[in-house]
Amino acid sequence: MDEKWLDKQLANYPMPDRVKEEIKAELMKYDITKKKAREIIERCYSDYLRNLMEPGEAAGIVAAQSIGEPGTQMTMRTFHYAGVAEINVTLGLPRLIEILDVRKTPSTPIMTIKLEGEYAKDRKLAREVASRIEATYVSDIGDISVDIYKLQIILIPDERAMKRKQISREDLIKKLEKSLKVEVEDEGDRLVINIKEPSYRKLLQTVEKMKSQVIKGIKEIKRVIIRKEGDEYVLYTEGSNLKKVMRIKGVDYRRTVTNNILEIAEVLGIEAARNAIIKEALDTLEEQGLNVDVRHIMLVADMMTSDGQVKQVGRHGVAGEKISVLSRAAFEVTVNHLLEAAVRGEVDNLAGVTENVIVGQAIKLGTGDVELVSRIGVKSHGDGS
Amino acid sequence: MKMKLQEHILVPEHKIVPEKEIENILKTLGIKKHQLPKIRKSDPIIQEIGAKPGDVIKITRDSLTARKAVVYRVVVE
Repeated sequence: MDEKWLDKQLANYPMPDRVKEEIKAELMKYDITKKKAREIIERCYSDYLRNLMEPGEAAGIVAAQSIGEPGTQMTMRTFHYAGVAEINVTLGLPRLIEILDVRKTPSTPIMTIKLEGEYAKDRKLAREVASRIEATYVSDIGDISVDIYKLQIILIPDERAMKRKQISREDLIKKLEKSLKVEVEDEGDRLVINIKEPSYRKLLQTVEKMKSQVIKGIKEIKRVIIRKEGDEYVLYTEGSNLKKVMRIKGVDYRRTVTNNILEIAEVLGIEAARNAIIKEALDTLEEQGLNVDVRHIMLVADMMTSDGQVKQVGRHGVAGEKISVLSRAAFEVTVNHLLEAAVRGEVDNLAGVTENVIVGQAIKLGTGDVELVSRIGVKSHGDGS
Repeated sequence: MKMKLQEHILVPEHKIVPEKEIENILKTLGIKKHQLPKIRKSDPIIQEIGAKPGDVIKITRDSLTARKAVVYRVVVE
């Protein structure tokens, strides 16, 4: 079969690329005449048209059922490890609810960080990047003690820990002076911090502040784990801050992702958020061994992102923005919706499904979609039509 | 180093549709401009390609079902 000729023929049909590829792959296998090939393509096209969803079909109901039913089989337990050892990930139903509710922060935020060039190949370099990301507190690199009599805070730095985290003594002193607004004296084996005003309360406050002070890394990232995947090192983190991590040297920002959908929407835009919703929901369902067609999830993701912001599938989002009062009232907080609608003087045109079920009318789908109008008093044509 | 967000694996290709092609697209879809899905002016990708409110953006998604899928969004405030 002539490949160029085939491509040209297929280009005339408004079919998705994947369908075309399939037809092409199949046709290339056989040695058939152009006339036959044309006929096959034509038959495939009519079959494709038959399989398209009809305009007006209740796609949303089908999607809801298709996600809802497998949802009943999902586990209720929250914690379980997934692929990454040592990191807990929310899975199953709680995670699915989290995705559809668009929580501000997921209960277990996680990032997958890919590295650039050399950093991905060398374990030492990968660790270097990890130390730039992981939040390091003062207490991680030394012992803090308080001398109440002299009103001093004494920090005994652990040289080995500092070396591992790649923090120099000057950096530490500078960072402490800047963030705590105190003066630090270097006495060789220990650092002494003097409080400006002689107040016992101030001293304790400074100690508390010092303990929670991040010396290096990103505050939100609590832990970083290095794993080798294939021929490259990948970092997994507990905690997430996409914006900051993407700017770290050695990180390949193009392939770095988080499981926090709102963060993706903020940093990478609404289309990236749509992709993230689909990926997260599909992964969650698949991990539970449930096979839900992507099309259903894609529909949900499209609804959630249609107005440029990620909105939840609930009364503060997709369901809450329905035009029909009765439909909204049937979902959640019935009285509030009815009361508010009455105050505003809203009108329900009974265009949707829920409203019509409530008032006991045929819904505008299937048989109910067709309206017959008879013209009384008009004589039929002579041919009997 | 300047980051190109459009290179990110989660971000599909965004392009501004030329003014004269908009009418044709809306005609094929059989809708008015305000019925298109929206994208905010503050969206990082819109900032990157420098689109203004009222512009129509052509988005070429990598679809799991159709391989390539073209959708449109209109830029809003």
